[in-house]
Amino acid sequence: MSAQSSTSQTGEARGTGEILLKIDDLQVYYGAIAAVKGISLEVRQGEIVTLIGSNGAGKSTTLRTISGLIKPRQGSVTFAGKNVTTMSGHGIVEAGICHSPEGRRIFPRMTVDENLDMGAFLRNDKDGIAEDREHVLELFPRLRERIAQKAGTLSGGEQQMLAVARAMMGRPKLLLLDEPSMGLAPVLVDLIFDTIQTIRDQGTTILLVEQNALAALGIADYAYVLESGALKLQGSARRLAEDDEVTRAYLGG
Amino acid sequence: MAATTTPSPVTGPSVKDAAEHARRSNRKWALGLLIAVVVLFLLYWKILPAVGGDTASFFRKWLSVSAASEMVLWVIFALGLNIVVGYAGLLDLGYVAFWAIGGYVAGWFMSPFASEMMNDKSWANLKFNFLGHPPAIQGLDRGIHLNFWLVLPIAGLICAFFGVLIGAPTLRLKSDYLALVTLGFGEIIPQIFRNGERLGPGGNFNLSNGDKGITPVDTIPTWPFSYIPGVPDQLGLRAEDLPFKFLVYCLLAAAIVFLSLRIREGRLGRAWLAIREDELAASMMGVPLMRTKLAAYAVGAFAGGIGGVAFATFVNGIYASRFDFAISIILLAMVVLGGMGNVWGVTVGALVLAWINSTGLEQFGNTFNDAVGTNINFKNYQFLLFGLILVLMMLFRREGLIPETRTKQVLAEPERGELEAVGADLEGEQA
Repeated sequence: MSAQSSTSQTGEARGTGEILLKIDDLQVYYGAIAAVKGISLEVRQGEIVTLIGSNGAGKSTTLRTISGLIKPRQGSVTFAGKNVTTMSGHGIVEAGICHSPEGRRIFPRMTVDENLDMGAFLRNDKDGIAEDREHVLELFPRLRERIAQKAGTLSGGEQQMLAVARAMMGRPKLLLLDEPSMGLAPVLVDLIFDTIQTIRDQGTTILLVEQNALAALGIADYAYVLESGALKLQGSARRLAEDDEVTRAYLGG
Repeated sequence: MAATTTPSPVTGPSVKDAAEHARRSNRKWALGLLIAVVVLFLLYWKILPAVGGDTASFFRKWLSVSAASEMVLWVIFALGLNIVVGYAGLLDLGYVAFWAIGGYVAGWFMSPFASEMMNDKSWANLKFNFLGHPPAIQGLDRGIHLNFWLVLPIAGLICAFFGVLIGAPTLRLKSDYLALVTLGFGEIIPQIFRNGERLGPGGNFNLSNGDKGITPVDTIPTWPFSYIPGVPDQLGLRAEDLPFKFLVYCLLAAAIVFLSLRIREGRLGRAWLAIREDELAASMMGVPLMRTKLAAYAVGAFAGGIGGVAFATFVNGIYASRFDFAISIILLAMVVLGGMGNVWGVTVGALVLAWINSTGLEQFGNTFNDAVGTNINFKNYQFLLFGLILVLMMLFRREGLIPETRTKQVLAEPERGELEAVGADLEGEQA
């Protein structure tokens, strides 16, 4: 709880949606080095929550811990009322958390279609999968054009679309997006962020990690600012976007 | 600005086209190899004995029936290793261990050896025969004799078990470390067999008969095909049995090809592929890493066990000294040369290297020496040649002789630049 008290709270009260994800006093170490030093946060149903901060602030580590790829030394992750801290990676996907990783990490020698198929790896409902495939191809029409192409031959932007689409194929309750704007041209960043908003409007809750704080605050409902592994600020995204300290540190204002 | 939602006409191949193409290519390969097998079989069985003379001696020298059989046996092992290395992307430098274990399972269950496994001779009168076929010689019906076709799956399962056993502790290891541990495993297992003459309390238990090896091994029964006139009911070491043994080995290889292709298309195959491509991403998709990798070791080892039993019937014995490290390396070379992950490529790679290994290089050497008048022993340069082939492959054709289509396409088609992609976007918005 010590981390919480040092966090200054900016902005009005949060929406009253049901809490979907709750992280409590999370501490993650790589060997002896603390990457995340006691973070607590919440994501409510239907929100876009963003986690911003500079390089090495512990954003990606937090996401990876949520999806069970790294085990925390202390603290807990509760998803939909269930403690998922010690669950295996595939257990967490089954529970409804899908992760679109940093650096896209699409399967280069599989076709776009096969990549989407992998996103639905744990599902058996054929009709539902076909429906979702149609849905993500509507979200990203460019992927439909390249459906039989090997994913490794796509451009960076297309690969990013594929990474998001692939994560959507798991029909997640909570979608984790790690740096979806990384390395993309501004036009493409707009396109991706528009689509993220559409995904939320269609009912998927999103936890978005971004270095591009301006773009992230532009679409998020609530934001947490991380600095060297600890929470520094939190508040409604609109307030944070106007906050002097945030503007100075992250928005280049 | 209008969103770019109007899909432009579909370019490039569709998904159905690609699947159809793969099926057609599989059919073509299967048919081609089937024809080759049938032609060779007829040649060995009827044609060559009838023709005789130069033609027969040419084949005896360049591609004898035992050379052809041995090549097919190598295909079985290479395909097994391909599941671990090519499909799942796990380096394995100790595959020879499964060859050995499969061989010794044949030694235990289809030879008189079981009656000698207690050094105090307490098992000397052991006689157990279940549809087995010991050679019809006085005294060789001692020991355990199970039917060849029954021993195949038993050996496969035992090897699969050992595959999991070796796999389990290595799964957290990556590339170099994994290679080292599997290499150690491939050394340890043959050493255990080599020194396995006196194990247990008082050195009473003889696991493997040590360096002396185990021989003879039971014949291969051909029932129900033995009702066909001209088909011997037991395949042993007689000259007339050999073409049929060749056919049996081809059948086993075909079974492994079929298994490989089917698994590849299924859920497990996709999981392996995903792990090979990107382990972390695969785990994010919900692929259970442990289970999936262990399955690769198990299935690969299963094929090794089947090949081990078949090989024991081929040489009519199991000899510890044969299972050396070089075999693991040659197998790996076959997989790499042929094209990792492509069943047909690996088959061709195995056939080529096994042929060079058995008769090709030697005959080439003889011909060369006769023509030029030199006296070079080409067999001595075998590994130099293999090394050279591998280096040349890495330089000029990294993806193998017959690579997977997926590898080929990615190598042939450069990634689209970001500028091109932006260009496509702007065009989309203007439209």
